[in-house]
Amino acid sequence: MPENISIRIDGEYVPAQEGQTILEVARAGGKYIPTLCYLAGTSSVGACRLCIVEVSGVGRLLPACTTPVQDGMSVTTNSEKLKQYRKIAVEFLFSERNHVCAVCVSNNHCELQAMAQKLGVTSVRYPYAYPKLGVDVSHPRYVLDHNRCILCTRCVRVCTEVEGAHVWDVSSRGIRSMIICDMNRPWAQASSCTNCGKCVQVCPTGALAEKGFAVDEMVKKDHNMTRLAARRGGHS
Amino acid sequence: MRKLVIDPVTRIEGHAKIDIYLDDAGHVTDTHFHVTQVRGFEKFTEGRPFYEMPAITARICGICPVSHLLASAKACDAIMAVAPPPTGVKLRELIHCAQFVQSHALSFFHLSAPDLLLGFDSDPAHRNIFGLIEDHPEMARAGVALRKFGQEIIQGLALERVHPSWIVPGGVNTPLDSGVRDRTLAGLPAARALAERTIAFFKTVLDRFEEEIANFGNTPTMYAGLVDGGGGLQWYGGLLKFRDAAGALVASDIPARDYAQYIGEAAMRDSYLKAPYYKPIGYPDGVYRVGPLARLNVVDVCGTPVADRELAEFRQRYGPMVHSSFHFHYARLIELLHGLEKIEVLLNDPEILSKHVRSRANVNSLEGVGMIEAPRGVLINHYKVDEEGAIKWANLIVATGHNNLAINASVKQVAEHFIDGEHFKEGMLNRVSAVVRAYDPCLSCSTHANGMPALQLVLRGPDGRVLSTEG
Repeated sequence: MPENISIRIDGEYVPAQEGQTILEVARAGGKYIPTLCYLAGTSSVGACRLCIVEVSGVGRLLPACTTPVQDGMSVTTNSEKLKQYRKIAVEFLFSERNHVCAVCVSNNHCELQAMAQKLGVTSVRYPYAYPKLGVDVSHPRYVLDHNRCILCTRCVRVCTEVEGAHVWDVSSRGIRSMIICDMNRPWAQASSCTNCGKCVQVCPTGALAEKGFAVDEMVKKDHNMTRLAARRGGHS
Repeated sequence: MRKLVIDPVTRIEGHAKIDIYLDDAGHVTDTHFHVTQVRGFEKFTEGRPFYEMPAITARICGICPVSHLLASAKACDAIMAVAPPPTGVKLRELIHCAQFVQSHALSFFHLSAPDLLLGFDSDPAHRNIFGLIEDHPEMARAGVALRKFGQEIIQGLALERVHPSWIVPGGVNTPLDSGVRDRTLAGLPAARALAERTIAFFKTVLDRFEEEIANFGNTPTMYAGLVDGGGGLQWYGGLLKFRDAAGALVASDIPARDYAQYIGEAAMRDSYLKAPYYKPIGYPDGVYRVGPLARLNVVDVCGTPVADRELAEFRQRYGPMVHSSFHFHYARLIELLHGLEKIEVLLNDPEILSKHVRSRANVNSLEGVGMIEAPRGVLINHYKVDEEGAIKWANLIVATGHNNLAINASVKQVAEHFIDGEHFKEGMLNRVSAVVRAYDPCLSCSTHANGMPALQLVLRGPDGRVLSTEG
């Protein structure tokens, strides 16, 4: 049995168990911490840095989704500093790739767009990288547009941990990181792909989408995925 | 030699510059119409899934996005090799008519009425929509109301007034709501009354512009436009038809997929706007015009009673083939009426509320061409895709492009007639701008342009010195 401990979030005492992350405890206690890469039911990777929190006694900001709670911990989930850093994180996501909401299939149904609006990101203060990236339209039912990818790796995790196929991976490092499929082949040639579409449904942006949807039309059905993952014994 | 530069040309859509060359006696020797921006849509769409093209090409223009959406969606229909359901087609026609109404109202009332009602020689600081509101408030109100009427239909159908994502490959994405139909029908009589009053008023002021009518691009050219099987005006469907200056048939029944056999595109040295020409005749002699005036020259009838009555009077006044580009304004008003009549016909169609509005398919053809009449003329979208549906190549011929050679010729004619370098007045340059305005060019569309001011006129002397600029 995990040991019951007690931590403080934003000054309030919240019950927790050893082994839980700050995010899990905060959510269970009704506290909002913004996330993008987090996908309930799969492992957490701390990729997007949206869930950063302040922990008393720690000199740096920590991602709530991967930081385990400790007895007596005091966490701040919302402060001017955190707001600023979260905005910077979102702005970096926009500047790294070519996100053009107006012509995107996921316009109005996009978690990145919604997060930017929620955090008050009205402009990007950093120069856009404008990388020249391709679109993999080879799959008969789905399409991968690297221009819209934020490298959250939800697709990688849902495919590996829920579907069990492990089609997706991340190649290269830093700014050159790319989602790849079966050792970097066109999607249609990925022999491990079961065409289940889970990656598409959990993708927070229009990077992975069903084919044939016009602008604004791609509405993801990710709630089912989360439930499915939970039933399979994944993380809650 | 001296040179006049109009830079930018104002009250047009997009950005352009006109150079007018004068000899030592102050007479015009040559003119150049430059479109100064490039936008690159044909290149940067390579690799995109074809079904994203309507939304992307719509971003070419904020005034006529519906036209771009439709031409692109038709090209996508061809790639999918599907026919949209009948109601899908009718709803596309309905939103297109609404766009014609708002676009023609914008061109006439907001952009050109200041010249026509306040005078070409009036104070440039006053010669704009605000001057119009001050001196002719009724006319300004009519313009605003007609634009609003068109825009509200678009909003009602598509839930967005600009760049609506409602038009999709295979049809439209939601059926028409009966409340929107009833509201629009209720507003139609008032809109029609405004349009009829405007054309009646316009006919009373035509006599003031005899000199402009005689010299505003009054050169015979061929004309091109879409017509239906009965020779009636078509904005959405129909086949392409060319008539020569005398009205003789040059070519007809040209489906979208055969456009390249008839239309060539020449790159120009000093403009980002290509110059389409009639291929069998060649460049630069194969000049033809498109747009409201060209359409009325090409069709036998409009197909709706009030517009046909006005068309008959138009032809009685000026003959069966009307060449003066000044009459683009007159033709635009006749079309405005036709648009309103057509909206009524479509809304009263028993099928219009059908829920079956979209056909779905994957790639069935590796090439597709979509052709429609935009408010400014024939608009062509041509795509080639790979078997997975990624765009490999795209060619867009946008309405204003077809008129490039004619606009150049018209600018020269107006400059030669009106500009006297020895006794120079601003109103002379305004007439040069106004002939461009008559075409209602959408230059940002036609070059597929980045942000700079609108059209600029520069007058240069023989030593290359800039004598005057306007804009």
